[in-house]
Parts: sequence; structure tokens; C-alpha cells
Amino acid sequence: MNRVISYIKTFALWELLKGLSVTQKNFFRKSVTLEYPDEKTPQSPRFRGLHALRRYPNGEERCIACKLCEAVCPALAITIESDVGEDGTRRTTRYDIDLFKCIYCGFCEEACPVDAIVETRLHEYHMEAPGENIMTKDKLLAVGDKYDAMISADKAADAKYR
Amino acid sequence: MLEFFANLVPTSILDIWNSLPPLVQYLTIVTWKILFVTIGVILIVAFSTYFERKVIGSMQARIGPNRVGPIGLGQPFADVIKLLIKEVVVPSQSNKFLFVIAPLLTLIPALAAWAVIPLNDWYVIADINAGLLYVLAITSVGVYGVILAGWATNSKYAFLGAMRSAAQIVAYEIAMGFALVGILMAAGSLNLGDIVRAQAGGFSNWFVLPLLPLFLVYWISGIAETNRAPFDVAEGESEIVAGFHVEYSGVAFAIFFLAEYANMVLISSLTAIFFLGGWASPFEGLGFLKPVAEIPVLGLLVVGGFHWLFIKMAFFMYTFFWFRATFPRYRYDQIMRLGWKVFIPVTIVWITVEGVMAWFKVGPWSGLAG
Repeated sequence: MNRVISYIKTFALWELLKGLSVTQKNFFRKSVTLEYPDEKTPQSPRFRGLHALRRYPNGEERCIACKLCEAVCPALAITIESDVGEDGTRRTTRYDIDLFKCIYCGFCEEACPVDAIVETRLHEYHMEAPGENIMTKDKLLAVGDKYDAMISADKAADAKYR
Repeated sequence: MLEFFANLVPTSILDIWNSLPPLVQYLTIVTWKILFVTIGVILIVAFSTYFERKVIGSMQARIGPNRVGPIGLGQPFADVIKLLIKEVVVPSQSNKFLFVIAPLLTLIPALAAWAVIPLNDWYVIADINAGLLYVLAITSVGVYGVILAGWATNSKYAFLGAMRSAAQIVAYEIAMGFALVGILMAAGSLNLGDIVRAQAGGFSNWFVLPLLPLFLVYWISGIAETNRAPFDVAEGESEIVAGFHVEYSGVAFAIFFLAEYANMVLISSLTAIFFLGGWASPFEGLGFLKPVAEIPVLGLLVVGGFHWLFIKMAFFMYTFFWFRATFPRYRYDQIMRLGWKVFIPVTIVWITVEGVMAWFKVGPWSGLAG
């Protein structure tokens, strides 16, 4: 009897029709495509993208060259050299992040006692020549200056969960 | 139609036309008819690639092409231009003459078959009484292009693809031919126009109901014949890269592509003509709809004409894409089993049933074949 039923089902193309109904149902479903450059997914304030070095509101660099970020970096992407600055404080003379080595884990940000090194929500950046993957101190400070308002807002939004 | 045009053109041109010898007149008209059909088919092919990508996109919850032109309608032309300006690479170990001629050998039969397809009651390029035989013969020639492409390329993948394609097309051609025998018995004519006229009188007179098994066999064989999913083992990209057209690029590839889609459009139209009454409207048998036929746009739905053939063809094109979005590729031995051990027996059985019914004068074909 089962054999007969299975034969009837085969010749009625039962399983094929079932499959077709699935695709036909999906045909009327709303498409989930996001047209990327025109539309973007919402981002968390915790998004870990390009790095930046921040300043205090009076323009003084936050970084005190404690090298905790260099120590904690699991990918050894950070290189720091330090010296005594003009005003007698401890300052970095070199602060390089190799973006090819960086794994964007955010440990440097966690380790920093003065919130100097941060990861911003910028993720649409590119390099055009060899060597541009090294973010020098100047470049990091420039990013920090340019996006200061955005970074401050993101850090403030995330502060109560820290 | 000629009277309609005669009213449009000034009498002086009409006089020149009438002074031409009848042979020249005939050749001019036929050339224009061929041109219309060919350009129409190529345009339908272009937009069916767009249609396919949109349909499959929707079924996969995507959008599909929407960047070139309004809602992406320029995409087919962008694709064609891209293919035209690409280099045609001819492999050094290949047979150059056959390599170049193979794409043409697949395209020409796909277009030539349109000669006998009746687009409506009067528009058919060659109204011959052996139309069905012509279609069977000319579509079978298309496989030579595939075999030659695979052979001339001198690559093992292309050769495997060609062999698979040849065996598959031979197997399904038989089932297809038997299905057409059923049509022949029901319509009592080989002329495609007469086959459609035999189905006149609304949906209930179409052959799709009495010949349902043959319809399914013909349609599935048609998909196998055009090497489309789920029967696309000839180009199964997961096993043999792209099958017979691995080494083709640029215009040569574009011609293969055009031929494949032209064949799909052809099979869709043939299925509509054989089983769904071609240009006939499904509502024409209903008496109470008579007054509706007078209303300008709505009336077109009741009256038969090219638009009905187009709607039916578009529906079958949609099912082509629907199947492609739904079914995984058949295993090669399963394709052979389906063709030889299922379809051919089914068609033979149904032809016998049809013959017995015609003998005892039951069913819609009782008056024709007895």
C-alpha cells in the first residue's frame, strides 16, 4: 500500500510542488538587501574601527607614554618610544600602530588609564601605497582632532556600561 | 494588415510598390517579417536575462540588478556591451574553424525555428504544413553546436560537458517527440497554426487537460533539452567548470548565451502553442463575455492575439527561473533514468490511451482522429 501511495505521489510531482511552493512564498517576501553605499547598518557606539589619539579640552595630549597598550596588544601592533617633553612631562616621541597587524580587539582602549587611545566607528578607510598601513602619532592625533565630537559622544553613550 | 498599411502610405509610393514584380514584393515582405521576429526574439532574450535575475533575486530575498537605468532595466545592454568589448580568446590547441563556427551553429537553429511559429492568427513567416516536423528537426540541429564546441576546444572539461549534453539531448528528444505525437493525434495537423486553431474555444478546449501527462513530459523534456537547471549537468560548474563553453569568452560566449535563452523562449512558446492554445484567449468560449470584447483595453483579454502568446510564454519563462531557484541539479545517471525509464514509457502509455479513446470516440479529440 505504501508503495502505491509513493507511486501516486511521484507521478503527482508532490515533492517537487512542495519545493516550488517554498520558493514561491519567498518570492513575495520583502527582500533583506541593504544597498550599502546608500544605506548603512546601524552601528554600536562600541564599534571598534580605526584608531585615534585624543586630547584634553585644553589641547594637551592625553597619552602619558605608560606603554600599557603596547604591553597588552596581543598582535604586537603598537610601537612606542618616549622621552621628556618640553614642559617636563613624560610624552611619546613615537606612537605607531600597524593596521595590518592590528586585530581590532580593543584591548589598548581598555588598558589606557587616561582614555588616550580609542577605537572609533570609522571603518571605511583604505591605503593606497606601501607604508600607509602604519598609523603614526601625527595621523592618530589628526583622526582624534577631526572626529573629537563623535568620539566624545560615543564614549559618553557607552560610559554607563563600563 | 496590408490594407491597413495601404491606407497610411501615399498613393505614389503605393504605385511603385504595385509596379514591382510579385517575387520582389514577396521577398520584401518576408524579409521584414523575419527582421521583426528576429529583433523581437533578441529583445525578449535580453530582457529575460534581467527577468531571470530579478525573479531569482526575489526568491532569495534579494533585490537583483537595479543600478543601470530605471529599476535596472539597462542591465542587459550593459552586459552585452561588456561582452562585446572583451577579447575572444581562441585556445592554441583548439580546432580554430570549428571553435568559431560552433556558437553560430547553436544560435542559428534557435532563431531559424521561429520561421514556423505563429505569433497570431496571420503573422507567421512560413505557414508550412510540416511545421511540427520542421521544429523537431531544427531544434535537434542545435546540439551539434554544443558537441562541436566541446570537441573543438580540446579541453577535457569542455569535452565531458559536450558528451553529457549530447547524451541528454538525444534521450529527451525521444520523449519530446512522443509527446508531440500525442499533439499530432489530437490536432490532426502538423501545421502549428492549425494546432492552435484546433484548441480554439476557451480554456476547456486546450490540450493541456486531456494531455496533461504529455504536457508535463514535454515541458520537463524542454527544460532538459535547453540544458537548464535542474538538468544543467552539461555546464555543471561545481564539477566541470562551465562544460562545453569553458574556453569561450567575449562575443563567442555572448552568442552561446543568446542561443541558450533563445531556445528557452522557443520552448516556452512551443509549449504555449501545443498545450495552452497559443495566441487564443482562455475566455473566448464564454458567451457572456462577448460585450466585454468591445471595451478598448479590457477587451484584449477576451480577444485572442499576440499578447496572449506573450503572456503564456512569459509564464513558462517564469517557471524556468522558478525551477532554477528551487531544484538542486540532478545527478547524471538520474537524468538518464528519468529520460529513458520514466518519460518514454509514460508517453507511450498515454499515446495508447489517447488512441483507444479516439477509437471509441470519447474525449475532445473524438471527431478529429477517428
